[in-house]
Amino acid sequence: MFGYYLDMALRSLKRNRMLTALMVLAIALGIGASMTTLTVLHVLSGDPMPGTSQTLFYPQLEPRDMDGYQPADDPPDQLSWIDGMNLLHAKRADHQALMTGGTVPVQPTQSSVDPFYSDARYTTADFFPMFKAPMRYGRAWSTTDDDSKARVAVISSKLNDKLFSGKDSTGQTLQLGDAAVRIVGVLDRWRPNPHFYDINISGSYSPTEDVFLPLSTARDLKLTISGMMNCWGGHNDNLEIAPCTWLQFWVQMDSPIKVAAYRDYLNHYSQDQKALGRFQRPVKVRLLDLMGWLDYQKVVPSDVRLQTWLAFGFLLVCLVNTVGLMLAKFMRRAGELGVRRALGASKRALFAQLLVESGVIGLSGGICGLLLAFLGLWLVRQRPSDYATLAHLDMSMLLTTFLLAVGASLVAGLLPAWRACQITPALQLKSN
Amino acid sequence: MEIRPIISSLSRHKITAWLLIIEIALTCAIICNAVFLISQRLERMNMVSGIAEHELVEIQLANLGVRPDGKARTRQDLAALRQIPGVSEASLVNQMPFSSSETNNTIKLDPAQKAPTLSAALYWGERLSPTFGTQLIAGRDLREDDYRDLDAVNKAAAGGDPNDKALPRVLIITQSVADRLWPGANPLGKQVYFGKTPVTVVGVVAHLVRPSSLSSGAEYSFLVPIRPVVGDGSSYLIRTAPQERQRVLKAALAALKANDPRRVVIEHRTWDDVRSEFFQNDRAMAGLLVGVCVALLVVTALGIVGLGSFWVAQRRRTIGVRRALGATRANILHYFQTENFLLATIGIVIGMALAYAINLFLMLHYELPRLPGIYFPVGAVLLWLIGQLAVLGPALRAAAVPPVVATRSV
Repeated sequence: MFGYYLDMALRSLKRNRMLTALMVLAIALGIGASMTTLTVLHVLSGDPMPGTSQTLFYPQLEPRDMDGYQPADDPPDQLSWIDGMNLLHAKRADHQALMTGGTVPVQPTQSSVDPFYSDARYTTADFFPMFKAPMRYGRAWSTTDDDSKARVAVISSKLNDKLFSGKDSTGQTLQLGDAAVRIVGVLDRWRPNPHFYDINISGSYSPTEDVFLPLSTARDLKLTISGMMNCWGGHNDNLEIAPCTWLQFWVQMDSPIKVAAYRDYLNHYSQDQKALGRFQRPVKVRLLDLMGWLDYQKVVPSDVRLQTWLAFGFLLVCLVNTVGLMLAKFMRRAGELGVRRALGASKRALFAQLLVESGVIGLSGGICGLLLAFLGLWLVRQRPSDYATLAHLDMSMLLTTFLLAVGASLVAGLLPAWRACQITPALQLKSN
Repeated sequence: MEIRPIISSLSRHKITAWLLIIEIALTCAIICNAVFLISQRLERMNMVSGIAEHELVEIQLANLGVRPDGKARTRQDLAALRQIPGVSEASLVNQMPFSSSETNNTIKLDPAQKAPTLSAALYWGERLSPTFGTQLIAGRDLREDDYRDLDAVNKAAAGGDPNDKALPRVLIITQSVADRLWPGANPLGKQVYFGKTPVTVVGVVAHLVRPSSLSSGAEYSFLVPIRPVVGDGSSYLIRTAPQERQRVLKAALAALKANDPRRVVIEHRTWDDVRSEFFQNDRAMAGLLVGVCVALLVVTALGIVGLGSFWVAQRRRTIGVRRALGATRANILHYFQTENFLLATIGIVIGMALAYAINLFLMLHYELPRLPGIYFPVGAVLLWLIGQLAVLGPALRAAAVPPVVATRSV
């Protein structure tokens, strides 16, 4: 029976090519636009550490003086050196890493390559195991290296390709301006999105840094730091004692009990600091998990959300348009449907037949829409935004597109098909 | 034109008529808001910077390793840059309008005050205003004896003595800051406090936009007399005639390289590129919105054409009968035009309410201002026009139906 309905549907669609094309095009445009924007939104609001994100937490403290105090103030987004080091050395969590961004001058040994600046991350040993950063060669540095300000570095596979044409470079020397460090590890391809551990660095979706150095080493070498810095009280050039927040601190804990204990610890720590006179404001701590932190920081650009709303508005107009046209088309065939009813076809059969026809429109629209979505994503990738290169359709979005297309067209077909079935056969037969 | 027969005929196609009305309403609502968003983006992209945009080129350098002789190197670089033919001014500046990184400072009007009065961007560099090309509207420019060296300023600020001689004593503010701090009063000679350090306002410039936090006081900027040293994110800014920019840029790069080859060029571009890069996302968004508006209008227009054609085909016989009974072609044409006008009007009325609701939602979630009233009549006229244009084809076809159709059966 389905085959017969399909045949009838195709005949009917062929009879009115312009109209069929118009309906398919409207659905395709709507689906294409909404899938493009939805995919971008999906990519941007994804979990950068699937499976681990719920065990990663970002502690915040309130270390400022009373100058300009408002009770509703949120604690600063970052930590000062003193607090960061205190929390790091307390080792109250399973893993903890203190870090900041920076830029380093890289001088290749080959004279053919000009010196260049690379983004760097100055951090502590736990960074790699905590964030499950995959190593291609060698290993990460150890806590001992942190303590001894060891001249060691981990580099990205991209930099390894550029400087050492992809070969195992562990043990080699990396010249950073006046300083030389020994490469102990090379990362495998690794790009968490968003760049969650520091979202202040040139866009929240920037690629992973090329050079990783122990924080203590970077400070010792006086390497340039970059990122957000907020200061209060008096100015101080010495960042190790300055009242400035400029470090990100992440901890990992695998059970809710430990999380609660850590929160208590942060409260106690703040109270102690207040008793010492370092902290002046009322104690306020926060311990958001990774996704909570991204949400709090409003990482997904508001333009992207707006575009998604817009695209779905557009899809709605396209659907209403198609419903209207399909209804007009079905109603025009009232006579034919009346004859079929009079010859014994049940309402159900007519309904099924009309639904097949609208389904064909929807499916073709969906397939064209999918092609348009590929085109749309290609266009997005040509854009200069930091997230542009991430805009790819994955399996789950592909499935969503397909379901959206079929669902949309069935919804668009239901009303016209139902309405067309309501005709009275006798009336239709009589009028002609 | 009688409206009653049109309504009675439409009431026999209630669902289809309502669908068309909904489509027009949605289109109207989305387009009003989208056009408003476009205008907002264009306004942002055309924001006044207050500087001589078409006459500036930027070169940013970074040292390889620590330089003990930064001050001498900076002096030498600036001297070399100023000697390039065609260069009228050159300066080393800490930051520029429309760039992603920003140095701000909060100020108070009274050192005992609890909360700061405002936060403004700090611009510094030698011969800053003549290089930027800012327009001084009151007071004087910064003088040679006002200037302090950056490292000495940092040391003095860390020392904590608010009256240290190494701290800058004067500054220039924008008109926007003057209006905010002392509305209606003469700002010259007034004092602001950086922490506890008093600084006197000696000049006011008409405009100078801040680097990036444009939503919190776009023109809250100060010019302070501090000399930076090369590196640490500072940029050489060179002023020249617009047609000379590319040549000067090339010559400047060569001169800087000759002065010290152990440096990396991080950035070299004209200031037009700076603006264009800074607003690239706004431009892309505006382009996208224009695309969606056009697509929406096209889809809606095609929908009207499609439905119109159906109705004309369906009523062929009725039209024939009316023609046979004496209706003119113009009567038939006007019938369909009026019908469309009626549907469009209802759609537009609903669409306006919807547009207002969407605007409220956007105001709540995207910090957008209220939709100006002018959008409503303009949107209405646009949709009426689109509707009339779209229905013209089917209506003309209807008018062409000959009266003889009435006499034929089927």
